[in-house]
Amino acid sequence: MTATTVHIGCGAGFAGDRWDAAVPVVASLARRSGPRYLMYETLAERTLALAQLARIENPASGYSPYLERILRPVLKSAREAGIRIVSNFGAANPHGGARKILEMAREDGIAGLRVAVVDGDDLSAVMTEADIRGHGTVEGIGMPEGRMVAANVYLGAQPIADALAFGADVVVVGRCADPALALGPLLHEFGWSLDDLDRIAAGTMAGHLLECGAQVTGGYFADPGYKDVPDFGHVGFPIAEIGADGEVVITKADNTGGLVSHRTVKEQLLYEMHDPSSYLTPDVTLDVAGVRVEEIGPDRVRITGARGRQRPPTLKATVSFEGGWLGEGEITYAGPNARRRAELAIDVLRTRVRDLGTNWPLRFDMIGTVATFDGDGGDLRASQPWPDDGEYRVRMATQGGDRRTAQWIADEVLSLYCSGPAGGAGVRHRVAPLVTTASILVDRDRVQASARLVEEDAS
Amino acid sequence: MKGTDRIVRVPLHEVAHGRTGDKGNRVNISVIPYHDEAWPLLLEQLTVERVKTWFAAKGAGTVVRYDLPNLPAMNFVIDDVLQGGVNGALNLDGHGKSLAFHLLSIPVEVPARLALHPEKTVG
Repeated sequence: MTATTVHIGCGAGFAGDRWDAAVPVVASLARRSGPRYLMYETLAERTLALAQLARIENPASGYSPYLERILRPVLKSAREAGIRIVSNFGAANPHGGARKILEMAREDGIAGLRVAVVDGDDLSAVMTEADIRGHGTVEGIGMPEGRMVAANVYLGAQPIADALAFGADVVVVGRCADPALALGPLLHEFGWSLDDLDRIAAGTMAGHLLECGAQVTGGYFADPGYKDVPDFGHVGFPIAEIGADGEVVITKADNTGGLVSHRTVKEQLLYEMHDPSSYLTPDVTLDVAGVRVEEIGPDRVRITGARGRQRPPTLKATVSFEGGWLGEGEITYAGPNARRRAELAIDVLRTRVRDLGTNWPLRFDMIGTVATFDGDGGDLRASQPWPDDGEYRVRMATQGGDRRTAQWIADEVLSLYCSGPAGGAGVRHRVAPLVTTASILVDRDRVQASARLVEEDAS
Repeated sequence: MKGTDRIVRVPLHEVAHGRTGDKGNRVNISVIPYHDEAWPLLLEQLTVERVKTWFAAKGAGTVVRYDLPNLPAMNFVIDDVLQGGVNGALNLDGHGKSLAFHLLSIPVEVPARLALHPEKTVG
């Protein structure tokens, strides 16, 4: 019998999310009946490139470095309750991730766990670098210089549904569209056709609302006195109830903090959305411009009216490149005349870096003014007066091609301790490798996605 | 004029909430009024020209506003304010995550009843 409602919980909205967030979600799903799923979204634009660099260092790695941390607390309880797991935590090495999960299952005494891998997102397997570079970019960043590290296309929901049809308890994906982590289970359970555009749109919208975890339950939302969130330290992660007809209800894990309100849902609905009538995904062009958002109970919000139009003819891919080195340093000045001491520190840094003879771009911030809102030129800070007394943190940042120069520039902040203005305190400075990314559009016929079960002894 | 009909000049934060998202070198910022009645007033006042000027220090390029009468809400898409995107920017906030609160500091004029804390007027 085909299910009437599918429950999908989310256990992570990004790679660094709370390690134990999935525990109450799985406990809540275990008390419900019908098809139940747990998804984790762990793969931001740049995360996959970092995973690829890790895999170059160690071929067994390259899956999400947080895989074990976020999955182990629920792997056994999810399996016992029949909750199936779908995630892009395969990152740059889904097969390696699958082997790790099977190893965890052995260690934790979980017998017969079926793990499937989705392949096909890695463009470098089917296209040359020159071919990839020959594609025009979208989203406002040109094709970067530097060594190409990774090129991965956003797969749709079908291979995830296929993996579930093979009986997978855990589906390990690399790059896929985040909403596909929810749409895949819906295709599998409801047997929706990809041509059933309004249902595909509803499932995609559900995935979009879930994909950032607590961002729909009070996270990235709380604003004291304006938008208060109860027991915020224990914010519960979301669970979506999706009906066979495409009705979507967002709720959250039982016995947790946070809230689901029409406001939390509206903020997340529009998150990372450009034209709300044309949100492009591999499976559908989603139109949420006419949706209705209704509170139908405590922490229960129903969203209806998503419409679907034909999916775009191309698939989006993220291409990542080694991007040189970032050097940055910070130092604090506090108390009387702190502003003028901070400004003097900036003058000294400018002089010292000029004397080093580099032409690397420099940015100076005075944290405590309008640093995050300001441009690299500091025009906004210069447009208004700031008190002489107080607490100001000077920040200098630069980037360029070689690590040594980045280190030399960053070290100039450290040397302010003894050679800079009075009372400089709390220096932190670092040099870090940069990865730059660009987005391209790829013809669908260049991409072959497939799913298969991984055998425990086939590693 | 009754107290609640008095027009106050307040930061947008008193009238609406919102959230930033980023993709590439582009951010979107949603603006969702606390009172539905404020939506048409915000449409009049939050023009794309004014928002572009508000983000001038960031080097804002094209600004597009999408209006969502059902929610009601609006969604601004602002190009180039990330000054290279999360991976290329020297800015502390490479994602632009704080930028919704920059937009929420823009002054708007509304009847006092549509502002959460109408005493917080701006010059």
